[in-house]
Amino acid sequence: MSETIDKGRRQLLTAATTLTGAVGVAFAAVPFLASWKPSARAKALGAPVEIDISKLDPGAMLKIEWRGKPVWVVRRTPEMIDRLGAAEPFLADPGSERSRQPEYARNPSRAVNPEYLVVLGVCTHLGCAPMSRFEPGDAELTTASPGDWPGGFYCPCHGSKFDLSGRVFRGVPAPTNLEVPPYTFADSGHIIIGQDQGSAA
Amino acid sequence: MATQEAPAPTGRMAALGAWIDARFPMKKMWDEHAAQYYAPKNFNFWYYFGSLAMFVLALQIVTGIFLTMSYKPSAEEAFGSVEYIMRDVEWGWLLRYLHSTGASAFFIVVYLHMFRALLYGSHRKPRELIWILGVLIYLALMAEAFFGYLLPWGNMSYWGAQVIVSLFGSFPVIGEGLVEWIRGDYFISDITLNRFFALHVVALPLVLIFLVVAHLLALHEVGSNNPDGIEIKKNKGPDGHPLDGVRFHPYYTVKDLFGLGVFLVLFAAVVFFAPEMGGLFLEAPNFEPANPLLTPPHIAPVWYFTPYYAMLRAVPAFAGTQVWGVLVMFAAILVLFFVPWLDRSPVRSIRYRGPIYKTALMLFAATFIMLGYCGLKPAAEPFKTLSVIGTIYYFVFFLAMPWYTRIEKTKPEPARVTK
Amino acid sequence: MSALSRIAAVFALSLAAAANAATAGWPLQDAGTDVGNLASLQRGARNFVNYCLGCHSAKYMRYSQLASDLALTEDELRASLMFTGTRIYDTMDSALSADQGRQWFGNAPPDLSLIARSRGPDYVFTYLRSFYADPSRPTGVNNAVLPGTSMPHVLAHLQGLQQPRFETTTGEDGKDVRHLAGLEPGSVPGDLPAAAFDSFVRDTVAFLEYVSEPHKARRQELGVWVILFLLMFTAFAWFLYKEYWKDVK
Repeated sequence: MSETIDKGRRQLLTAATTLTGAVGVAFAAVPFLASWKPSARAKALGAPVEIDISKLDPGAMLKIEWRGKPVWVVRRTPEMIDRLGAAEPFLADPGSERSRQPEYARNPSRAVNPEYLVVLGVCTHLGCAPMSRFEPGDAELTTASPGDWPGGFYCPCHGSKFDLSGRVFRGVPAPTNLEVPPYTFADSGHIIIGQDQGSAA
Repeated sequence: MATQEAPAPTGRMAALGAWIDARFPMKKMWDEHAAQYYAPKNFNFWYYFGSLAMFVLALQIVTGIFLTMSYKPSAEEAFGSVEYIMRDVEWGWLLRYLHSTGASAFFIVVYLHMFRALLYGSHRKPRELIWILGVLIYLALMAEAFFGYLLPWGNMSYWGAQVIVSLFGSFPVIGEGLVEWIRGDYFISDITLNRFFALHVVALPLVLIFLVVAHLLALHEVGSNNPDGIEIKKNKGPDGHPLDGVRFHPYYTVKDLFGLGVFLVLFAAVVFFAPEMGGLFLEAPNFEPANPLLTPPHIAPVWYFTPYYAMLRAVPAFAGTQVWGVLVMFAAILVLFFVPWLDRSPVRSIRYRGPIYKTALMLFAATFIMLGYCGLKPAAEPFKTLSVIGTIYYFVFFLAMPWYTRIEKTKPEPARVTK
Repeated sequence: MSALSRIAAVFALSLAAAANAATAGWPLQDAGTDVGNLASLQRGARNFVNYCLGCHSAKYMRYSQLASDLALTEDELRASLMFTGTRIYDTMDSALSADQGRQWFGNAPPDLSLIARSRGPDYVFTYLRSFYADPSRPTGVNNAVLPGTSMPHVLAHLQGLQQPRFETTTGEDGKDVRHLAGLEPGSVPGDLPAAAFDSFVRDTVAFLEYVSEPHKARRQELGVWVILFLLMFTAFAWFLYKEYWKDVK
């Protein structure tokens, strides 16, 4: 009949073929899995958006969409900026340590330039759109005692409250501050949302 | 009913296997269809194409699923979505070319697989049902390819569908209504596209999978034929297994793996260097969007349909209707179902047949290819005459088979397989 | 095996012949494009933007793709290829809408993203070089490759305006037929000598070839590695098969 089976050779050849085959399958899987990455069209639609802030009045807010989400730009008055300190004792994350923002927005005004606040209008609790309540001393909203509302955002869904920098108050359902997207000033009258200084998100 | 104790499991994998086997016939199926399925040891080149066909089916399904993730089945968006896949989707171009090349590869492999059956008599008793299931798979495959070709909504897609669907209009009385029913509209439209999409992506793949499983079960019930056309089950050893058989696993799994390698090299060469194949696999007019107002100068179906297209055009109109060409075309496929009963030779394999069948079969293969070539060409001479000759020969090959397979002198079949 | 090789030969021949399906009409010249030549593609891109994009879109092509494939930075792209207001991820859309095109030219100028694949580079090359004077046409020109074209001779000032040469031959039915036999240079030369004009058109066609399949170079590059890998796999599979089949006698 045949010579005795060389088990060692068989094992070696089986291993070599199986290994090559497995590597081949892994290589072959790459295009399929990678095809799920955002396509060039998705990147085009999600590309940075430039907005004109030159006509924005102090104390006013404008809304724009970026990557399917609402982005709010608030031109804060000097009084609004002063009131930021008053809210601090009542905030859950005043130093923005747990919250999501670029490095340059990790400060009390959560902004590159304190005059302009750029935040995503998405409550960090369950995603509702908070309402703007910039007027201080609001009759319905309080932090500790009646009439001490410093101004900020109020989410009607479950009652979360955020200050004029989008920082979340303690004792509300939302866990973190409103997210700040990457942004940069193209010039003094234009902001590009979705792009850090120099490179796109 | 005695229950057998499973052998004591050694190691976690064996334990898992035993747990499954007590609840699901995993080892039983593996043994019956692979590890203890005895196949003749003399399979040659012609025997690679069954497993290759299964591979291509799997490839088409997987690439098809991923294409469906980005494709839009509407007349407005279909063409653009294919370009989106080709340009914007990461690796989309590769998914597309794998699928388009896979379609042509499927037919090449299937035609070679069918030819093997005619060579070695794999259609003969007791394998008639395997053959019939195979012809049904062929039919389903043609339908699948036809529906799929409309989806890119290119100008050839549109006009090819227009021509083929219109053929059904040649049937008397029911023709017009039938065409309208197939289209779902008064012309090939977005509605037609959407339903062809459903048929191509869901309905026919399910039919194909079911038919392939049935085809394999029928095969394993009887056992495989072989190049000598003799039954290996007639000579069993003391262990009850055919003397001329080898276990499918590992011997044919390992051989088919090699066959797969060779196939993949050729397949990759096409995918990466010639996906259009000179206009045969991806036709130039299809890179223009469907235009109901502008017919391409030269409409031809994709190459794998062209033999039947040549037959269709070879039959002239009689009594004011074109339906005869349509009937001849359908008859050409229908006649395939009867081959197990048309072939009356006392032997199965071409190796032991007389000179008539050998010549007839080689001529048949050449004729089929010639018809295919004629189908690609415009309906002018010499292709018109060649198509007529080819069509006549095609039917003579099958219809005269009961006669010439019976009268010719055959050689005695061996008792045991040869190489 | 001889029967099999005969069948294979017939099949291969028929494939080759089908690929060469000749179209009747004006003979097409060889475009001679080199899509691997980056400089040619860059020139072609500039030509396309300056002469074609005004009417013809290439709506499946994104500027961002051009940047990476043509080795251009975003700034270079903006400076020479992009109209003001377009963004890097935008597609190469034309300012001319389909309706305006139909109004002004009779036919909407077709999108050119895939023209090199649907008609072939030789067709596009010959077409752009085959305009000639024809006072009977509203544009004052006709084209030998596409008679009755609605497109004006955009490159006339580069090529000069060619003049047609007609010949009369007797047809099969005995009737005389006057047909276009050739194109001659006109009396007023264009800004570019003939060879330079051909080069200009060649670059533009190369660019259109690239646009019709931007990933082609990557595909071919990758193909080499894939096939080498598969050959290695097949070799291992072969040895494994032979080893196991030693058992079978």
